[in-house]
Amino acid sequence: MKILVPVKRVIDANVKVRVKSDQSGVELANIKMAMNPFCEIAVEAALRMREAGQADEVIVVSAGVSQCHETLRTGLAMGADRAILIEDDQDLEPLVVAKLLKAVCEREEPGLVLLGKQAIDGDNNQTGQMLSALLGWSNATFASSIEVNDDHFKVTRELDSGLESVTANRPSVITVDLRLNEPRYASLPNIMKAKKKPMDKLTAADLGVDSSPRLQVVKVEEPPARQAGIKVSSAEELVDKLRNEAKVI
Amino acid sequence: MSNSIYFNEYHQMLRDQVRRFVETEIIPHGDPWEETGVTPREVLRKMGELGFLGIRYGAEYGGSEMDILATIVLAEELGRSTFGGFAITVLVHTDMASPHLANAGSLVQQQHYMPGIVKGETITAVAVTEPGAGSDVASIQTKATPTKGGWLINGSKVFITNGVHADVYFVAAKTNPDGPRSQRTTMFIVEKGSPGFTVARKLEKMGWRSSDTAELLFQDCFVSEAQVLGEQHHGFYAIMKNFQNERLVLGAQALGEAQKALDLTLDYVRNRKAFGATLWDKQAIRLRLAERQTEVEAARQLLYHSAWLDSQGVDCVKQVSMVKAYCGELVNRVMYDCQQFHGGSGYMRGMPIERMVRDARVQSIGGGATEVMYEEVAKRL
Repeated sequence: MKILVPVKRVIDANVKVRVKSDQSGVELANIKMAMNPFCEIAVEAALRMREAGQADEVIVVSAGVSQCHETLRTGLAMGADRAILIEDDQDLEPLVVAKLLKAVCEREEPGLVLLGKQAIDGDNNQTGQMLSALLGWSNATFASSIEVNDDHFKVTRELDSGLESVTANRPSVITVDLRLNEPRYASLPNIMKAKKKPMDKLTAADLGVDSSPRLQVVKVEEPPARQAGIKVSSAEELVDKLRNEAKVI
Repeated sequence: MSNSIYFNEYHQMLRDQVRRFVETEIIPHGDPWEETGVTPREVLRKMGELGFLGIRYGAEYGGSEMDILATIVLAEELGRSTFGGFAITVLVHTDMASPHLANAGSLVQQQHYMPGIVKGETITAVAVTEPGAGSDVASIQTKATPTKGGWLINGSKVFITNGVHADVYFVAAKTNPDGPRSQRTTMFIVEKGSPGFTVARKLEKMGWRSSDTAELLFQDCFVSEAQVLGEQHHGFYAIMKNFQNERLVLGAQALGEAQKALDLTLDYVRNRKAFGATLWDKQAIRLRLAERQTEVEAARQLLYHSAWLDSQGVDCVKQVSMVKAYCGELVNRVMYDCQQFHGGSGYMRGMPIERMVRDARVQSIGGGATEVMYEEVAKRL
């Protein structure tokens, strides 16, 4: 089985994000970028499947500006076999990415597409679901465990209400949650090996996809500063405030 | 760091991996190491598995054959750990002791020791400094006299980092006392447990407490001819040669410490309230931090440039001496201000900044005191 792992280049999780002064977006100049943490988990899951003999090739793919090759190189340094870069300077919306990935799936015919459940920049949580719909493949989201079987996957999903087990027929698109695994370090010798691994470069045009945006960003703002909390003197007062002020019970 | 002329994406990946390792494996676990006075060997083995201990060594020994800039990345990131003792434990092994073997060791010696060094299974120390001779290397008194099949070493060494727990020591001893000053010394490989070699004392330090430091004693310690490292009587040159690497690495460690202290202090002053506003709202504090950050940034460029000159094989003793002197002093200025802005809590045990102040003090002393370094600069003005 071939596994395709789409990975996204995002602002590093440790960076304090600032809104651009013209409110057109967030500041990206001279900001440290990294692989989206959920994507790292997806890469790790794919590598473990290959190491367990359940898959024979792991391909990482990324769409975006040319620097996405760094993100792909990180995936290769973790252990992926090869990479595909779809180079595009536009701000790519989830539907565009899903269409690009669909075209890649048609070329590569993977048995499984493993994605992060969302990226920490836009928190859209859409690409995996859209991709499965476009392909007509089964879909399981928020996986906290994945069992690989001959013709299907058994996936445990993390929901607010608890855990749900689902069966997804092959081929499938599965998005992964935080607790699926802890991604490995890329050892220095593996970083050096990643230099020699193949990376194909494609464009949206090569894949027959129109990548232009359909949505317009009107304004980006900082969330309002959090108000200081208050102390209540009794449980009665707490209940009263929750009921009458916060109106949550 | 694609916006740097010195670093490529592989340097950046190394930085990311070391930073993550430091944040998950070191920062939450280091406190007990300060108490026991040693960084656990298990931590060094983990670093070995990840290839962090063989950055520039040959692939045949498990190394990655990168350049000095990659070493600078390692040293800066270890400096960010807030545990100077941990950082120096590693850096003495990778960049102050084991390079003696990598530079001068015979094929047989390298094949014997390098794989364990790169894996973190064989930890190394370098024993040059003596009670009567520090930076003045030519004045060491420890001597080695020829005997049947080898040499007998007699003398003592002091302030030896990794001295208590190392497995292999690279020891400088006088073998040609009547020769020219620069041709009196030979380096020897001495294994822990060699007869006549003892750890005389574990030394207590102001800072760097998670690093073990020792006084070593050699009493008719026999080493075979096969344990001579490099050319006989030419140890002085080997020591001088590695000083350049050592000083760049110490400069990088100091800057990593300084940057981390500024980061921690920024977090602190942005949240700490006094007189109705945060400390960050006080212009005196804000501007001082901006000034220190500017100095750190300037020092970093000097460090990177000097390391790059070194990587190009250019003679850069002047620049490297500047790096060691300037960074060793700067980190202390930065620590002073950062502790000041932490107020009373910065004086309390348990706050990282309190430890970092103590750890920083030695940066202007060890590996070439500021005054010695500026003499090197002055000679070249």
